[in-house]
Amino acid sequence: MPEDCIYIARSSAIAARALAGEMMVMNSADSTFFTLNEVATTIFQAADGRTPLREIVRDRVCLQFDVDPEQAQADAEQFVTELSSHGILLVSNQPLASETTR
Amino acid sequence: MAAARKVACVEIGGIPIALSTADDRFLDLLRQRYEGFLSSSRPEFELEFDLTPTGPASDDDVRVRRDGDEWLLQRGDFHARWDPRTGHGRVRQNSNPYSLDSVLRILHSLILAQRGGFLLHAASAICDGRAYLFSGVSGAGKTTITRLAPPDITLLTDEISYLRPGGADGYAAYGTPFAGELAKAGENCTAPVSALFFLEQGPENRIDELSSADAVRRLMRNILFFAEDHGLVGMLLATACDFVSRVPIRRLTFYPDARVWDLVRNFDRNFQGVPQHA
Repeated sequence: MPEDCIYIARSSAIAARALAGEMMVMNSADSTFFTLNEVATTIFQAADGRTPLREIVRDRVCLQFDVDPEQAQADAEQFVTELSSHGILLVSNQPLASETTR
Repeated sequence: MAAARKVACVEIGGIPIALSTADDRFLDLLRQRYEGFLSSSRPEFELEFDLTPTGPASDDDVRVRRDGDEWLLQRGDFHARWDPRTGHGRVRQNSNPYSLDSVLRILHSLILAQRGGFLLHAASAICDGRAYLFSGVSGAGKTTITRLAPPDITLLTDEISYLRPGGADGYAAYGTPFAGELAKAGENCTAPVSALFFLEQGPENRIDELSSADAVRRLMRNILFFAEDHGLVGMLLATACDFVSRVPIRRLTFYPDARVWDLVRNFDRNFQGVPQHA
């Protein structure tokens, strides 16, 4: 899948809450629990299903954090792959309807 | 003609629930089992019990799910429906007291979730007017630490702690009749929560900080919730985060002798002004 076309959306099966600068995410289907760091939280919060991942990395991550753009993109793709494997994020090469409103 | 129902009102955590049955022996069992928690308050909720032939409590997994507007509670030894709009429910179970405890715990967990509270796998006790909670996996030392408590400590529970928002911007712990290995009901009283300790046994007594994320993770692992319900999980996660932001949560490594209670007793004084979580 061309990376420019990756769209991500938050699953409706999760509960999420910010605390002390971190995002706590719980999958209500299997009770798995994740803690997201600041960069991951930025991507998670921007996962509206309409904004391409590359745009999220360029306009949010690289602007807010002192990171190398190519490394940030690679890290973001790895993060998205991992969270999608746990049902936290939905991934598509087409725009998605975000399942949550957070 | 149906036999007349008799009622025992059991008030745990300040929430009176009327338990009604047409069976005199079951009513006696109710009154004995919840003796310290019987109440003359006006019930907020009602459960009608219909008895099936006696059998043991079940080891099956409990299933709790929404069925229309009602909650459906099921295990091998009980089947219950509860409508949160009317506050009324019906239970079919045998007369096993452990089945009764299970139904009550599930009902309280559902009620508490709506009120920002929760049941926690934890022992709890009042020391100098403040409640301390001791949680951890089975074998971590919940029962041990309650056995080591000095005589002036009031035991709220050695197994299931009952927590609700209360006090000055914090949470209150309540006694429960749900006993663990001690086989002894807690005292029916309440106190503001001073700290939650996650227990580990070790060669010395010490208290260590936990990060907020670790505190929430451990808390969620030990909160009793049974329902396969996304909305409920969301509420409990919000409650857990709120609890972590208001209550000091620490890891307590302890050597199993009475000196650990000196550490607990002095916690407020020693840790005053220390940031709650790393």
